[in-house]
Amino acid sequence: MNNRIISKERLSENVWKMTVEAPHIAEERRAGQFVILQVDNNFGERIPLTIADADTAAGTITLVFQTVGATTRKLALKDVGDSIPDLLGPLGRPTHIEKVGRVVCVGGGIGAAPLYPIVQALKAAGNKVTVVLGARTAELLVFEKEMRASADSVIICTDDGSYGRKDVVTAPLKELCSAVPPPDQVIAIGPPVMMKFCCETTRPFGVPTVVSLNTIMIDGTGMCGGCRVTVGGETKFVCVDGPEFDGHKVDFDNMMKRMKAYRKYETQAAEKEAAHECNLLKMAKESERERNEKQK
Amino acid sequence: MKSRNEMDAEARCLLGELLAKDKLTARDRASIPQQEMPSQSAGERIGNTSEVALGYTPAMARLEAMRCLQCPSKPCVSGCPVAIDIPEFVKAIAEGRDADAIAIIKRRSLLPCVCGRVCPQEKQCMKNCTAGKIAGDPEKSVAIGRLERYVADLERESGRSVPPPVKPSTGKKVAVVGSGPASVTFAVDVRREGHDVTMFEAFHKPGGVLMYGIPEFRLPKSIVEKELDNLRAMGVEIRTDFVIGRSRPLKALLEKDGYSAVFIGSGAGLPKFMNIPGENFVGVFSANEYLTRANLMKAYDTDHADTPIYRAKRVAVLGGGNVAMDAARTALRLGAEKVFLVYRRTEAEMPARVEEVRHAREEGVEFLLLQNAVRILGDEQDVVTGMECVRYELGEPDESGRRRPVLIPGSEFVLDVDCVIVAIGNESNPLIAATTPEINVDKRGHIVVDEDNRTSMPHVYAGGDIVLGAATVILAMGEGRRAAAAVNRELAGA
Ligand SMILES: Cc1cc2nc3c(=O)[nH]c(=O)nc-3n(C[C@H](O)[C@H](O)[C@H](O)COP(=O)(O)OP(=O)(O)OC[C@H]3O[C@@H](n4cnc5c(N)ncnc54)[C@H](O)[C@@H]3O)c2cc1C
Ligand SMILES: Cc1cc2nc3c(=O)[nH]c(=O)nc-3n(C[C@H](O)[C@H](O)[C@H](O)COP(=O)(O)OP(=O)(O)OC[C@H]3O[C@@H](n4cnc5c(N)ncnc54)[C@H](O)[C@@H]3O)c2cc1C
Ligand code: SF4
Ligand code: SF4
Ligand code: FES
Repeated sequence: MNNRIISKERLSENVWKMTVEAPHIAEERRAGQFVILQVDNNFGERIPLTIADADTAAGTITLVFQTVGATTRKLALKDVGDSIPDLLGPLGRPTHIEKVGRVVCVGGGIGAAPLYPIVQALKAAGNKVTVVLGARTAELLVFEKEMRASADSVIICTDDGSYGRKDVVTAPLKELCSAVPPPDQVIAIGPPVMMKFCCETTRPFGVPTVVSLNTIMIDGTGMCGGCRVTVGGETKFVCVDGPEFDGHKVDFDNMMKRMKAYRKYETQAAEKEAAHECNLLKMAKESERERNEKQK
Repeated sequence: MKSRNEMDAEARCLLGELLAKDKLTARDRASIPQQEMPSQSAGERIGNTSEVALGYTPAMARLEAMRCLQCPSKPCVSGCPVAIDIPEFVKAIAEGRDADAIAIIKRRSLLPCVCGRVCPQEKQCMKNCTAGKIAGDPEKSVAIGRLERYVADLERESGRSVPPPVKPSTGKKVAVVGSGPASVTFAVDVRREGHDVTMFEAFHKPGGVLMYGIPEFRLPKSIVEKELDNLRAMGVEIRTDFVIGRSRPLKALLEKDGYSAVFIGSGAGLPKFMNIPGENFVGVFSANEYLTRANLMKAYDTDHADTPIYRAKRVAVLGGGNVAMDAARTALRLGAEKVFLVYRRTEAEMPARVEEVRHAREEGVEFLLLQNAVRILGDEQDVVTGMECVRYELGEPDESGRRRPVLIPGSEFVLDVDCVIVAIGNESNPLIAATTPEINVDKRGHIVVDEDNRTSMPHVYAGGDIVLGAATVILAMGEGRRAAAAVNRELAGA
C-alpha cells in the first residue's frame, strides 16, 4: 500500500512528526518543496505540508505538522501502518541554493521544520549558516537538535524566556544584520507576522530576504489561483511561482487577511471534527480494552 | 412548464397517430413540434444540485428522431467535429432500434453521455440542420444532442455497456498526462491495440474539467465515473496524485521508466484575472477555484465536506462563457440571494451554450450586458464590499462588421456585492512546458503540434485544451483520437 506511515512521533503538545513511505517523492524532492495531502478522499480538504526531510534509500519523506484544524487533527489520529489516502508531490519550486557566504536562517515555531532541509542544503553548498529559532515557549521548540548538528551556530528565543533568550526572533536578527559586513542572505520561515517583521528588520540593512509563504491552497498546480499573493505589485501563485519569494516585495497584510477568509467556516469544520474525534478516541479505547481482555 | 409525464403523454398520443400512417411525408415530419427537454422547474432546481435536464422519454425521443429529413448531403455531419453519422443514428431511433443507434454513435464518439449534454450543438451539428433551416432557427433543428444523450443513457442505465475489446498485449507502454476528455479518448484508442496505458492525474480524482469544473447539475459525476470505470476495466492504470513535471519529469518517463510514447492532455488550467485593483481581496475567486471547491471538494455538502466555501449573499460573476454560467448558477445553489453576470458585450456574443444562458436567466441570474468591472472595493479587512463598473455602448462596425463596445465616459457606478467570481477564461497550464524545454509552445503557451498531434519532442504527443486553448469537450476528444491513431502507427512500425 502506498503512502504508509512508517513512524510517528509527538514533538510537542500539538506538533507531530511522521515518516511516510513515498519513494517517488523522496527521489524527486529538493529543499523547499512541499506535498499536498488529503486524509479523506471523498470529503477531505487538500492541505500543503513542507517536506522536512527525505531518505531516498528508504523511500520515505518526513512531515512535521501542527494540529490547527480539521485536517491536521485527522492526520494526527493516523497510526503507524495506516496510509494517507492522497499524497501529491513534490510541489513548488525548490529553494535556490548557492554559495553566497554567510546566511541567517530564521525559523518561527513549526517553521523550523521546513527550514531544516534548506539549512542542510546551504551548508552542503559551502555557506556559513546561523540559525535563529523562536517559539512561544520551550515546549514548542522543534528541530533544535537537528539544527545544532547542521548549522554553524544556533540562537534560541522564547517569548516567555523558558529557554534561550527571552526575546522575539527579530532581536537577534537585527544584531546579526548590524554586524559589519552584514550577512549575505536571510531566509525566514514561520507565521506570516513573523516573516513580515523579519523583512522589516532586514530591509534597512539591504540584506536580501527570502520567505516561504504558507497560503491557503487547493490544487497546488496553478489551476485555481486560491493561493495568490501580491509580490512587487504583481499577482503570483504561491504553489507554482513559490512558495519562496523576495520578502521585501511581499504584501503580507493582504496575504494575512486572505488567510483569514475561511476562519468562520473552518471553526465549524474543526468543531465537527472535535466531536468526531471524541468518538474515535472512545472507539480506540474500547478496542484496546477488548484486546487487553482477550490477552488475559 | 409541463411536467415530464405530461410531455410524455402528449408525445405518445402524437406518436400513435404517426405510427398509424403507412409512410411519413416530409410535410408530416416538418409538422412534428420539436420535443422540449423535460427539466426541473427553475424554482425547484436552484434548491438542489441534481441535474436540471431530465432526459427524453422513449416516445419523445422517437418523435424527435422522426423530425429528421434524412438529407442526402448530411449537412449536420459536417458540423460535428468527430463526424458522427447523425442521419443514420437518428433514423435508428425513429425506427425504434435504440441499440443500433448507440452502436453507430460509438463508432466515432466515446463519451456520448457527456457530449450529448455539453456540446454547443447550436454551433455544431444543429447549426446547418435542414429542419432548423426550414423553421428559420437553428435551435429548432433536430435535437441531435438530446437524442444522443437519450440512447447513451439508455445503454448506461441498462448496464449493458461493455468496454471496447482489447487486443493481446504488445508489451509496449504508453503514458498519458491528465485525465480529461482528450486523455480518456486517447487512452481507450491506444489500449484497444493491446498497449499498456498508464494515466497520470494531478488531482485525487480523474476526469479533468468534467470532474472539477462542469457542475453536477449539468453533468452528473456518476456518468464521468462510469466512463472511467470502463477505462479501468479495459486495463488502463490510473495513477492519481501524480503531477508530471514535478512528481516525475516527463523525460524520465521515456528515458528511465520504459514508456515508448507520451500523450499530454494537461488542459487549460491557468485562470486569467482582470488585473484590476482589489482583485486579491477576500471574496474574489477565479471560477476554477469556486467550482473546484463546489464540485470536486463537495463544499456544498456542509455536513460532510471539510473544504469550506464562501457563502456570499450578492455575487458578481465576470464573463459570458460556459464557465461564467456554471459559476453563477452554482452561487445560486449555494444560497446567494442575488447573482449578477457582468459581460462586456451583448448576449449575441456570449460564447456559452444557449441552453445554459437560458437556464441561467430562468433561475434568476441578472445579466448586466455592455458593462465591465474596473475596480473591486473592500473594507479595512480587505473583504469585498462592492465592485465599481462602467458601461459601454455599441460603436460603429469595424472591418469584420462587428460593432465593438465603446466606453461611455462618466458611466461609473458601484454594484453592491460581497463576492466576485472571475470567469474570463483560462490560459494553458505552464507546468509541463516549464519543466520540459524540449517541447515547443507558442507565445500563449499552447503546445505546438503537427497534423498528427506530434510535439517537437520525439515520441511525445499532445492534444485538447493544452493545444487548442480553452475549447470544447468534443474537440478535445477529436484530438485524443488523432494522436492515438498516430501513436498506434508509430508503435506498430517500431
Ligand atoms: C507551502 C506550504 C507549506 C506548509 N508547510 C507546513 C508544515 O510543514 N507544517 C505545518 O504544520 N503546516 C504547514 N503549512 C500550513 C498548513 O498547510 C496548514 O496548517 C493546514 O492547511 C491547516 O489545515 P487544517 O485543516 O488542519 O486547518 P484549517 O481548518 O484549514 O485551519 C485552522 C486554522 O488555521 C488557520 N490556517 C489555515 N491555513 C493556515 C496556514 N496555511 N497557515 C497558518 N494557519 C492557517 C485558519 O485560519 C484556521 O483558523 C504549510 C502551508 C503551505 C502553503
Ligand atoms: C466550468 C467549465 C465549463 C465548461 N463547459 C463546457 C461545455 O458546456 N461544453 C464543452 O464542450 N466544453 C466545456 N468546457 C470546456 C471543456 O471542459 C474543455 O475544453 C475540456 O475538458 C478539455 O479537455 P482536456 O482533456 O484537454 O483537459 P481537461 O479536461 O482540462 O483535463 C486536464 C487534466 O490534466 C490534469 N493535469 C494538468 N497538468 C498535469 C500534469 N502536469 N500532470 C498530471 N496531470 C495534469 C488536470 O488536473 C486535469 O484533470 C467547460 C470548461 C469549464 C472549466
Ligand atoms: S458529438 Fe456533439 S457535435 Fe457531434 S453530434 Fe454529438 S452533440 Fe453534436
Ligand atoms: S441536417 Fe437535420 S434533418 Fe438533415 S439529416 Fe441531419 S439531422 Fe436530419
Ligand atoms: S493552489 Fe490552486 S493555484 Fe495555487
